[in-house]
Amino acid sequence: MNAGNLFKIAWRALFNNKMRAFLTMLGIIIGVASVITMLAIGQGSKKSIQAQIAEMGSNIIMIHPGADRRGGVRMDPSEMQTLKLEDYEVLRNECIYLSGISPNVSSSGQLVSGNNNYPSSVTGVGLDYLDIRQLTIAEGSMFTNMDVQSAAKVCIIGKTIVDNLFPSGDDPLGKVIRFNQVPFRVIGVLEEKGYNSMGMDQDDIVLAPYTTVMKRLLAVTYLQGIFASALSEDMTDYATEEISEILRRQHGIKADEDDDFQIRSQQELSSMLSTTTNLMTTLLACIAGISLVVGGIGIMNIMYVSVTERTKEIGLRMSVGARGMDILAQFLIEAVLISVTGGLIGVLMGCGATFAVKWIAHWPVYIQVWSVILSFLVCTFTGIFFGWYPAKKAANLDPIEALRYE
Amino acid sequence: MAENVIELHDIRRNFQVGDETVHALRGVSFVIKEGEFVTIMGTSGSGKSTLLNILGCLDTPTSGEYLLDGVPVRNMRRAQRAILRNRKIGFVFQNYNLLAKTTAIENVELPLMYNSAVSAAERRKRAIDALTSVGLADRLEHKSNQMSGGQMQRVAIARALVNNPAVILADEATGNLDTRTSFEILVLFQQLHKEGKTIIFVTHNPDIALYSSRNIVLRDGRIVEDKQNNNILSAADALAQLPVSDE
Repeated sequence: MNAGNLFKIAWRALFNNKMRAFLTMLGIIIGVASVITMLAIGQGSKKSIQAQIAEMGSNIIMIHPGADRRGGVRMDPSEMQTLKLEDYEVLRNECIYLSGISPNVSSSGQLVSGNNNYPSSVTGVGLDYLDIRQLTIAEGSMFTNMDVQSAAKVCIIGKTIVDNLFPSGDDPLGKVIRFNQVPFRVIGVLEEKGYNSMGMDQDDIVLAPYTTVMKRLLAVTYLQGIFASALSEDMTDYATEEISEILRRQHGIKADEDDDFQIRSQQELSSMLSTTTNLMTTLLACIAGISLVVGGIGIMNIMYVSVTERTKEIGLRMSVGARGMDILAQFLIEAVLISVTGGLIGVLMGCGATFAVKWIAHWPVYIQVWSVILSFLVCTFTGIFFGWYPAKKAANLDPIEALRYE
Repeated sequence: MAENVIELHDIRRNFQVGDETVHALRGVSFVIKEGEFVTIMGTSGSGKSTLLNILGCLDTPTSGEYLLDGVPVRNMRRAQRAILRNRKIGFVFQNYNLLAKTTAIENVELPLMYNSAVSAAERRKRAIDALTSVGLADRLEHKSNQMSGGQMQRVAIARALVNNPAVILADEATGNLDTRTSFEILVLFQQLHKEGKTIIFVTHNPDIALYSSRNIVLRDGRIVEDKQNNNILSAADALAQLPVSDE
């Protein structure tokens, strides 16, 4: 008995019961299609979050003054004065894993231009800031080193500020806006970035030289934070370690004392969000997997009924020379044919449903090749697994009993 | 001298039903030579079904030896017996046992499907030959539900012939047919007998014995009569004498 003949026999048996075969397949079709669609939705949202994080700068490192508990009273980090301008300069000179570094000081207040005003804050930054945050100038130019040294009253503003201070559509370049009575000349407008994944408006931003903000607006000598970017995303950990080492030395912190600063990288945020979306993907995959198992049980059920219904046929096949093995193989092949055909249709329907979700609901989706291959393998396995018991039952039938069965 | 196709030596078959042992066959011995047309008769409970199952290698005797075409069967395993059935035996059943929704030719091909030595082309050729020999050359692609009882039984006989078996085992092969069709089938069996086929026809209808070359009668698991029929009636003549039905 060769495999080709067995395949032909199984195929004819299925073909003679097209409707039943299709209904059995339906369980597998729905199972596979839902696995693929669910995973595509899960992976799609993960990808889109990752893309948004990358947009913010995936190699970004934020240094803030940390909890100072020496006095017994915890203070707001922005009130603490442990991060000095010298720290920034030392880091800038010594760190080898950083591609850019910028101080960060910010003052909030009311922006005024002519009749229009808008509550916002002015952020004092260095020249590297644009690179670190992956911002680009749409019009005008970035301030220069000269501006930083002279604490020039110049600023670069984002789209939201432009819209609110110049609603009539005037060109903001060269205009003077006032912030807490201090006049700033607009020398650049940032390209629009929209909202980030946290729902923050990334265009509500006014950048000025950090010297200007420190001396003319806040009159302080400490920094609220330092922003830096590692050479690449992979080097973020090395850079973080390096910064920590330098700052501990700089601040004279003993080995058994806690840091008086905090270093946070975008990677942490990224991994946190990944964990959430991974959890969601897993949940979706579980639900879809359950439906695949239900489909498999459907196969088992139908095959079982089919064996009973075809007892006489099995008896006849045995009487003309089919061995138990041949009968087993026939029913297994039938089960696998059902599940594989169902799997193929399921893959097509899953891909179709995924694109439907993309076009109709505009959700981000991403079909992973492995999810297609996996669900296909699983349903083949399902066919064998759930087909085995009924097939075994058929193979073990006594030909005399089977022939007499009515 | 024709060869022995079937040799039974003191075949006994016991069944365990609850605490009781039922002796279905109590020592049956006979030899059937090539080219014989044997009817095995007996009332129900005489053990003829059990004997048929043993002759067809579907069952094995409790004791005694059975040689089919010179091959001892008693100690064969299930799979070996399946192969033996495939190569040496052709079954014809009372209720035809054709595969539903399947064409005549596919039904006849079935035994050869389980014989990997036969190619697809040869399988088809032999099926067509077998169907032609039973007079169904024009019904090759008819499905089993599109045929009359007589035609279905012819397909079943073609299926029994297709593997060129050592013996054809017919189990009440005319039991479900009307008189006229029964005779048509008998004509076919007699024709096969003339061609030299070995046929064993199990029946409880004593008339059939008139058309066979030898008659064995079973009662309570023993042979009570075994005699040659020297005056074989022609089924074709009997068919001709039947009143013409209102077809």
